[in-house]
Amino acid sequence: MSTTSPPQLTPEQLDAFGRELDAIRERVIADLGERDAAYIRRIIKAQRGLEVGGRTLLEVGFLPPAWLAGTAALSLSKILDNMEIGHNVMHGQYDWMNDQAVNGQAFEWDSACPSEQWRHSHNYMHHTHTNILGKDRDIGYGVLRMSEDQRWHPYYLGNPLYAVLLALFFQWGVALHDLEVDRVAAGKSSWKDKAGMLQAIWKKGRRQALKDYALFPLLAGPGAPFTFAGNLTANAVRNVWAFMIIFCGHFPEGTHEFTEEETEGETRGQWYVRQLLGSANLTGSPLFHVMSGNLSHQIEHHLFPDLPAHRYAELAVEVRAICERYGLPYNSGPLHKQFGSVVKKIVKLALPGSGGGDEPQEPPVKFQPKAARDERVPVAA
Amino acid sequence: MFTQTPQRFARRLLGSALADALTTPHGIDRYVELVRPAFSLHEVRAEVVAVRRATARSVTLALRPNDNWEGFRAGQFVRLSTAVGGVRHTRCYSPASSAHVGELIELTAHAQPDGVVSPFLRASARPGTVVSLSQAEGDFALPDERPDELLLISGGSGITPVMSMLRTLCHEGYRGRVAFLHYARDEHDVAYRRQLAELAAGHANVRLLYGYSRQSGAGELHGRFERAHLRAAEVDPAEALTFACGPTALLDTVRETWADDGLEERLHVEQFTAPARAQVDGAGHVAGSLRFVRSGVEAAGTAAPLLEQAEAAGLTPQSGCRMGICHTCTCRKLEGAVRDVRTGEISTAPDELIQICVNAPVGDVTLDI
Repeated sequence: MSTTSPPQLTPEQLDAFGRELDAIRERVIADLGERDAAYIRRIIKAQRGLEVGGRTLLEVGFLPPAWLAGTAALSLSKILDNMEIGHNVMHGQYDWMNDQAVNGQAFEWDSACPSEQWRHSHNYMHHTHTNILGKDRDIGYGVLRMSEDQRWHPYYLGNPLYAVLLALFFQWGVALHDLEVDRVAAGKSSWKDKAGMLQAIWKKGRRQALKDYALFPLLAGPGAPFTFAGNLTANAVRNVWAFMIIFCGHFPEGTHEFTEEETEGETRGQWYVRQLLGSANLTGSPLFHVMSGNLSHQIEHHLFPDLPAHRYAELAVEVRAICERYGLPYNSGPLHKQFGSVVKKIVKLALPGSGGGDEPQEPPVKFQPKAARDERVPVAA
Repeated sequence: MFTQTPQRFARRLLGSALADALTTPHGIDRYVELVRPAFSLHEVRAEVVAVRRATARSVTLALRPNDNWEGFRAGQFVRLSTAVGGVRHTRCYSPASSAHVGELIELTAHAQPDGVVSPFLRASARPGTVVSLSQAEGDFALPDERPDELLLISGGSGITPVMSMLRTLCHEGYRGRVAFLHYARDEHDVAYRRQLAELAAGHANVRLLYGYSRQSGAGELHGRFERAHLRAAEVDPAEALTFACGPTALLDTVRETWADDGLEERLHVEQFTAPARAQVDGAGHVAGSLRFVRSGVEAAGTAAPLLEQAEAAGLTPQSGCRMGICHTCTCRKLEGAVRDVRTGEISTAPDELIQICVNAPVGDVTLDI
């Protein structure tokens, strides 16, 4: 695992880097308007159209062409719903529209995970503490060993198997994520505290399952098994796709992890650098970016999580140029390469040790000693 | 069953528990609205069916509300929401049509030079446009038991609720005397001039008097409202029940006149207020008070972010990163101006979503917490 240390920036350089990114953000915020609103409405329209079309075709799923087309349309619909719409809307990217239909706190997605819990585990825990071991629970999702700094245990021999299962049932993995089952098992919290969350998951998951696995199949009468199989396949396609895109966001070769100590009291500039170093982009066509919910621009997403994601492609050009000027790495590659390195990591880390060379690892990034300032990160004004 | 129209049957089907279960988690509205934008199971939405631009500043919309509309009493207002530049804005408008015409509502908006919604409607509303409405609200309305005599006074765009009253009364064959006093810049700036003339011509009990501020020699009344105008209209404010709507200056004079006679009880007024603009010069903190309406808590405001102040007041709003990233703390600001502590940007819009961890109050702020 060759994580070369990026160049050390002085506190002044870090501040300047942060200011440049702040300026991009402010410029986009001032420019939000009809274009962004029209975009998300168009995507929503496409998603609902695909869903109605797909489900209708699956009602006559005993005809093989209808089954194939219906399953494909429903898969695309679920991917759009969860990624380009759900994930991004729930980040508050469209809150400025003041429209309940795209309001971050009101939106529910077509997934077993209650949006309320997602917003906590993802928007807050993951985006604030990105790639900080022990704080960012997205590192391994409490199931996998995704970092050498997670201590090895014979349990992790099953790392590749767990990864396959997590990919197939990703929506349920995400649903259970915020429960922090591993912490309950370790006695750090109790099931009693989790009663409310369990109830919410049960309520949401049951309605999701009822719709996909009972009601729509029953409406198809004797064709029920075909509808059932189509819905099951669409959920699985969405699960595997989401797993691949999300695991390519922070685990490909070259992404960095951080310790709580080194990120203590970080400045805005350092926060930006951590987001940059902890994230990796995917290259591809415009359609690929849409189908990834623009999480293919994971770096831009982590720098600006609440800017409408369809703008990331434009911003990426500027962000990349800025990173080059500061000599900071910008991790980007095609899906097969990035995901290949993720798979390699999952397999290697099933075994004890780093799985790589025997050389002791440099800490991935060292910030300059904390400057004599104690300001909270955001409040620069 | 056979007495139901197909539409009613379709609506019952769409409102069924099965339809809800099949469209979970989004709900049926989010699908049907893509082909029928005015459809909703619970929200009032209305489609523009006709647009008239009677004066250089005004636009009159005929709206067909969906089945959820419960009607209005003459004089009440509705909150109309529409997206302008991608952002949904809400403004109050009083229907100007007769309350007895249920299937259509007529609204007239007067474009303010620095406004958002009215200029947009004036420029862009066309048949087929769909807007959201609230149910009718407000106490400024004709009493169900009609008084024997009425005086209606309006200024500028305040004409709409009293226009509705006059039309409603004429519609139902009201026999009492009605005097209608309207104040405008000049005769070209009266949105309902033709309709008023027709009503006055067709109803002997209706008297119509105009006062123009920028057109001398025209109109039955001279200049702005004054006591003499009541004599000109042959109205005794002690006898007639009065409804007045218009700009502050007009209403202040009316109030004073009625108060001088001890007749406040006989007067109903409605003031049209534009949303507050920024009264701040930039960075400095403006002292004010905070109101957390849902919890009923009030506190003196400081320059700190609203989240900290809410917590200091003993409240526990949801929060997460405290740095403007996660949007956990986002809540509705009902009124007032706030400053984004990251950018210094000040926002004064009423009824907008803000992140309270990175917004500090500028003057009085009311939050839905």
